[in-house]
This record gives sequence, structure tokens and C-alpha cells, in this order.
Amino acid sequence: MQKVFAKPEALIDTTFHFCPGCHHGTVHRLICEAIDHYQVREKTIGIPGVGCGVFLYDYIHIDVCEAPHGRAPAVATGFKRVLPQNVIFTYQGDGDLGAIGMSEVVHTANRGENITVIFVNNNVYGMTGGQMAPTTLLGQQTTTSPYGRDFQTDGYPIRMAEMLATLEGVAFACRVSLHTAAHVKKARKAVFKAFDMQLKNMGFSFVEFLSACPTNWGMNPQQSVERMEEEMMPYYPLGTFKERTAPDYL
Amino acid sequence: MRERIMMRGSVALAEGALMAGCHYYFGYPITPQNDIPEYFSQRLPQQGGIFIQAESEVASINMLLGAAAAGARAMSSSSGPGISLMQEGLSYMAGSELPGLVVNITRIGPGLGGIAPSQGDYWQATRGGGHGDYRLIVLAPNSVQEMYDLTIKAFELSDKYRNPAMILGDAILGQMKEPVRLSDPKIQHLDKPWALRGARGRGPQLIKSLYLKDGEMEKHNWHLQEKYRKLQDADTLVEAELEDAMDILVVSFGSCSRIVQSAVRLARGKGIRVGMIRPISLFPFPGKTIYEATQTVKKVLTVEMNTGQMWDDVRLSLSPGCQARLMARPGGGIPSPLEILEEIENFVKAGDHVAKSVC
Ligand SMILES: Cc1ncc(C[n+]2csc(CCOP(=O)(O)OP(=O)(O)O)c2C)c(N)n1
Repeated sequence: MQKVFAKPEALIDTTFHFCPGCHHGTVHRLICEAIDHYQVREKTIGIPGVGCGVFLYDYIHIDVCEAPHGRAPAVATGFKRVLPQNVIFTYQGDGDLGAIGMSEVVHTANRGENITVIFVNNNVYGMTGGQMAPTTLLGQQTTTSPYGRDFQTDGYPIRMAEMLATLEGVAFACRVSLHTAAHVKKARKAVFKAFDMQLKNMGFSFVEFLSACPTNWGMNPQQSVERMEEEMMPYYPLGTFKERTAPDYL
Repeated sequence: MRERIMMRGSVALAEGALMAGCHYYFGYPITPQNDIPEYFSQRLPQQGGIFIQAESEVASINMLLGAAAAGARAMSSSSGPGISLMQEGLSYMAGSELPGLVVNITRIGPGLGGIAPSQGDYWQATRGGGHGDYRLIVLAPNSVQEMYDLTIKAFELSDKYRNPAMILGDAILGQMKEPVRLSDPKIQHLDKPWALRGARGRGPQLIKSLYLKDGEMEKHNWHLQEKYRKLQDADTLVEAELEDAMDILVVSFGSCSRIVQSAVRLARGKGIRVGMIRPISLFPFPGKTIYEATQTVKKVLTVEMNTGQMWDDVRLSLSPGCQARLMARPGGGIPSPLEILEEIENFVKAGDHVAKSVC
């Protein structure tokens, strides 16, 4: 019989601590598949931000360095400049990357640092209990927007992939979703592309994942994927917003 | 012995860093330390090193964290407001046991303050500065030669104890020119098996400061304290000029200690028996030297360019029965040798029951 699905080698054989229906585990697996595919496990260093993804080291069989909240791209810059031959990626949530760490990610992208940023957009601050994130949709209720996000007081949800795509230093910026198996397949391709870009020294690569946080959305996993399709995707269109075909120094 | 050349403090510091094998500099402009990044931006590319002008001091310190975690000798420099922005990163580095050098060419605070020399960041530097129970290794040069020598020393100690180090200077030390011997000491380079360079030929490694399991963080804190105790025992740096039957002991550090040295010479010329202690490492603080000296000398004058920050450490170190006085010049005021001399003379003349500033 042909084996069609297996646990990636880079993924540690253990149970995720994530809540049921959370997509962090899926993102971890996709990263591991890319690491396996390019056979870079022994030279990959992961840098999680502070959020539900901080325990990256419990699940991926690679060197890992924690970063302060939002600062993973700056830490990754330090690593990459010392170890240009290694594969360096950050793993950040939307509070981490889109709020407190906005400056670091924008300038790291703008410098064209040859690293990969994995961005999990679940519309809330997961780890701290479901507060409003910069990505929270208008009208969405969270523990700090109990009346629903109102643009008059809270501003608008930020589209990170599109914003970063405007920067010259960016080699690859895309948004994918994880709400169906077909979308997970596409997301896998995007992660491969991002790693491929880094291995080819093309510059900064960025993958934004629309993800579910059923616990903090107050929904079950099924309702959550429906919400992703019906509410998130209309505001956060999927697609590749920038894809360089040659490094800009050529 | 190499010949001595005239050099500015900031350049001597940068050359010391290069001599120590530091090939990575991350920084953001702020007066009065801009000549350090400017110098590195010119020198590092020549050496195959990396200079990054970061978007903020927050980014600088985290780039430093990353480079240090990758096993490199790396540094940043800044002044007051920028050093304040680095405190979160410094706390993470101490918690994650990462070496690295941060130079503070201090300016006057609080706030935007001013750019004249000040020693007002003593507490911030020596108490850790950020959140949690940790310390930095803090060295305070008082000459251009020491800007060079202590920078090398700071890298060595930082690696030895896996703890961030700070050079605490000010605009006087950064800008003044003095002859320097760019000695070529045998630089200590330790293996860094803990560094992350990819899990090749070994299991994955982790650098972190998060410990959530019951009791883990307490254990980690005691481990850090044990390191600081070892640092105190083995690597406290102090310059002590003591004599028998001293009338008075003066304690001062950094640029201010140079002025105090002049005042001490004047006082000796007048027949006053003055001892002087200059803490070179501010953490670890040479409290033991002060304790031993004050078994005999009972009048202790601390002179510093702040409102009395090191004075705290001096008073904690005194033998019983001492009178401690403070001569403080915060906010950019620089005491003159004659003013200090006057203070020394008044203190020596004063009776044993002086109420002012006695502890
Ligand atoms: C300086 C600082 N401020 C605040 C926090 C608290 N904090 C931890 S995680 C987090 C947000 C996490 O949300 P997100 O980045 O969206 O990731 P998620 O948990 O949703 O995956 C916050 C605010 C912190 N650790 N450090």
C-alpha cells in the first residue's frame, strides 16, 4: 500500500498543547514539511515571538531561540548576519507582529533581510486570553472590545501581507488560509516557496496564515472554519502580493 | 611595548572592541555617542564585519541578542533614552544567559534631559535596569586607555559569565584625547557550546528565559545569583590608593574620579592624609575594599555627578562608626578640583558629630 501522509521528520512525536480547532499545530507541521523537503533541519533556527507559538521548541526538532514580544525579526537579523548560510525563520502572532512588533517587522522587511517570517493571523491575542488584536475585524467582540471593534475608537484591521508587499526589500509576501484541506495544501506550497526564496538568497519572505482561535472566538471548531470563510476571507483576500523572480542585487 | 598614540575615547573603545574580536555592531544614533557608530560604520566593513544602523534601540538590543545567541561577540552603544529602551532586551539576555556588550555614553536625565556629562545612570546600570532579579557586569573607565582596556575586559567577562556587560562612560570620556597604548593582549576566547548554529551532529538546543514549571524559575534565579557571587569573588575591579592613618577616604568613579585625583593631590600637598578608592567594576561593587579601608579611616566622602547613587553602595559597605558625606553634582554640573578640596578640608575639620549626611 502506498503511504500518502506521514508525520514530517522534523516534527517531534508528541501531543500539541493547542486548543481543539486551533491552527497553530497545522502551521507547525507545514514548516516541518518544508524543513524536510529542503533537508535543512540541521541548519534551521526558529525564533518564536511571544504568544501561543512560543513553545515551538517542544514540537520542532531544531535549534530555537526565544525573542521578546514582537522582536523576533530583530533577533533573526542578528542570527542571519552571523550565520548567513543557516535558515532562519520567525514565528509570530498578530499581536506580536502587527502591534508591538510592527516596527521590527517593517524594517527587517525593508532591509531585505534574507529570513522567513511565519505570521499567524487569528484575529485575537490568543495567549493572553482573547483581547483585541490589530487584525480583529470590525464589529468583532473580544475581551477588550466587548461592544465590537469600532473603527472610530479602535481603527481598522491591518492587512500585513499587502502592506509588506509594498516594500522593496520583500521577495515574497502572500496570504493563505487553513480552513479546508485544499487550502492547507496551498498553504504548504506557500511555505515551501518562502523557504525556497531564503535558500536562493532572494530576500525577505512572508507568509500570513488566516487561522482559527475557537477558544477565544467563543466558537466550536466547525463554526470557526465557517467564520474564516465567511468573515475573514472577504476582508483578508488570499493570494501572493509580491514574488520576486531574481534577487535585487543581480 | 607598542608606542603610545593620541586617540579619542570613543575611538579607543571601538578599537578595543575590534581587538576583542567583536565584528558585529548594532546601534541607533543619539548624542553624545554618535562617533562610536560612525567609526564602526567605517571600520567594520574593512574587517569583514557587520554594521547595522537599526531602526531603534529596541531593535539594536534584539539584534545583539540574536548575534550573541549565534555565538558571536557583538555590541551596541547608546545614551540615556536609548539605554532605557534596551532594558527589556537586556533583561531577556540576562535571563537567557547571553553575553554581549552595551556601551552607555551617559547623558543627563530624566527625560530628554541634556547632552552634557552625567553619572545619573548609575542605578539603572548597576541594579539590572530592566525587570527581574538580574545584574549587568558594569565597568567604568576613567581614561582613554581604560576605554580600550576595559572594553576588551568587558567582552571577556561577559563570555565567562554568560551575562551582558555594560561600559558606563560619559561625554568627557568619549570626547577626550589622551595617549593610548593599543596593547595586543592575549584575548580570552571561550568555546560556546551553548550557541545556536543549527542542530548538526548534536540534538537541538534552546535559548530561552521562559520557565513556567513549578519551582523552575526560582531555581534559575538562584543560579543567576550564584554566578553574580562568583563574579564578585573573582572579578571585582578596583583602584585603591590607601595610606596609614588616613584622615579621610574619598570614593569616586569614572570621569569624576579624574577630578577627584587632582583634588586629592592638592589635599596631600596641604598635609592632609587622603585615601582614595575608585570602583572600576560598579557591579560587582568593590564593597569589601571599602569595608576593609574603613576599619581605620572613619570619614568617607563620595563625589559623583548625580544626586548620590553610588553613595548607596558606599554606605552599604562601610565598617561601623563611619561618617559618610556626599558631594553631588547632578544635571551636568562638574565639580572643580578646588571645590572638592574645600569639601575634603571641611569634612576633615568637622567634629565627629556632624549631623549632615551621616549614616
Ligand atoms: C512587552 C510585553 N507586553 C505584553 C506581553 C504579554 N503578551 C504575551 S503574548 C501576547 C499576545 C499574543 O497574541 P498574538 O501575538 O496574537 O499570538 P497568539 O497567542 O494569538 O498566537 C501578549 C500581549 C508580553 N509578553 N510582553
